Amino acid sequence: MIQFYNVSKTYPNQVQALNSITLHINKGEFVFLVGPSGAGKSTLTKLICREELPTHGQVIVNGRSLPRMKNRQVPYLRRQMGMVYQDFRLIPNRTVFENVAFALEIIGASRREMKQVVPEALRMVGMEKKLNMRPYQLSGGEQQRTAVARAIVNNPALILADEPTGNLDPDTSWELMRLFMDINSLGTTILMATHAWDIVDEMKKRVVQLENGVIVRDEEGGVYGHDH
Amino acid sequence: MIINTIFYYFREAATSLIRNSWLTVASVGTIIISLLILGSSVLLVLNVREVAADLESSLEITVFLEDDLEQERLEQLEEEIKFVPGVSTVNFVTKEQALENLKESFGDKAELLSGLEEDNPLPNSYTVKTRKANMVPSAARQLTELEGVEQVRYGQGVVENLLALTHWVRIWGSLALLVLGVAAVLLIATTIRMSVFARRREIGIMKMLGATNIFVRMPFMLEGMIIGLTGGLFAAVMIHFGYASFLNKVIISLPFIQLVDDSNSIYQVLGGLLGAGFLIGTLGSAISLRRFLKV
Repeated sequence: MIQFYNVSKTYPNQVQALNSITLHINKGEFVFLVGPSGAGKSTLTKLICREELPTHGQVIVNGRSLPRMKNRQVPYLRRQMGMVYQDFRLIPNRTVFENVAFALEIIGASRREMKQVVPEALRMVGMEKKLNMRPYQLSGGEQQRTAVARAIVNNPALILADEPTGNLDPDTSWELMRLFMDINSLGTTILMATHAWDIVDEMKKRVVQLENGVIVRDEEGGVYGHDH
Repeated sequence: MIINTIFYYFREAATSLIRNSWLTVASVGTIIISLLILGSSVLLVLNVREVAADLESSLEITVFLEDDLEQERLEQLEEEIKFVPGVSTVNFVTKEQALENLKESFGDKAELLSGLEEDNPLPNSYTVKTRKANMVPSAARQLTELEGVEQVRYGQGVVENLLALTHWVRIWGSLALLVLGVAAVLLIATTIRMSVFARRREIGIMKMLGATNIFVRMPFMLEGMIIGLTGGLFAAVMIHFGYASFLNKVIISLPFIQLVDDSNSIYQVLGGLLGAGFLIGTLGSAISLRRFLKV
């Protein structure tokens, strides 16, 4: 699903975020990406959705080389992945339904398709009763579940989550993790960058630890690490 | 599928236009003013050209004769006129004919001239044409020298003045148009920039969800096009009715002036205004998106 070969990334301000990373993530895996702030977690996720290009090395997603990919093909790459962020990134003046439907609107879906698919996604995340509410009327957990519904509405093969529990309380965080487990059990690959050590320790999934732009640990059923 | 997306574009463009309504009105207003100036200058130039061409084609020398010339002298004079270099045709116009011609050119105001028949003040004359328009001045000079000639008149100066006027209208019109056109383009660029700014978060989300560049940009392009077309439409309607009422006034008060009044030329001007508005709007959007929306 995702392959990194000797990937380095140096930003224009000379900050080296990643240093010769090699990493393979298979289809259907659930992978935690851990490490202190500034270790390169966000850069790694940005390379996968081609928000950034590597300075050196090869990044392959779904069998396609991202450095070689043309700019105009990037939108189609992103349609194959769902993204979930700490700050939810919902459109404030649109309802829950419209926010989720927006992902379909962008690919030119009809109203009828939206009315079919959007409620399904909202049911999956347990937001089917609030589809006419706007983001400011929702709790943080509800907003994040709406964002997850939007991420999965296109049936993507991959979910990229960058600190998705960063703004959520512990109970709500666990709700979200159960949701991710459900989605993962249907075959969707999940890569989640996080600081939430308790979640990582509890879930016993594959853990990739970054420090100063280098992978220092990659183990199945791992825990967050000993330095928290 | 495409239809859905097109509806989306228009909905988004309309939302932006309403949200920044003051800027929208200002941009449309600037375009209207620029295009009004463009339209009037073009019409003025067209009309001056029409009048000048009309005058030039009928450019002839009128040789007014002294009263009471003998018939013999008249015939001799005609021969002498034909002998002047450049002259092609010579026609004798009696004073009665001259009055008749004058009445004709006054149209339905001819009654103003009634009563002149008893004591006709117009002299007999020869109407002289030259082979080329530029031979008129030298021929006229020689005609003045002939015996029995009271006065020689030709329209050369009028034509020259008219053509000089077109020249200045063109220069100053183009200059005013350039300044206003640039102002209009910049104002539209600002309008679009404001809507891009108001939606920068949304644009980020769109890109995250896999929106194509066209999808992100189209609503903003459309916004500029709508502003431009609206301005063009208003200007075209104003010019249309303004010029129609102007024509009416001219026909009543200056019936002998031939103005451009065929609907074909006028619709061409109006269509041009619409096109110019569209172009200004599109250009403004494009400039703004190039600078402020890197996708």
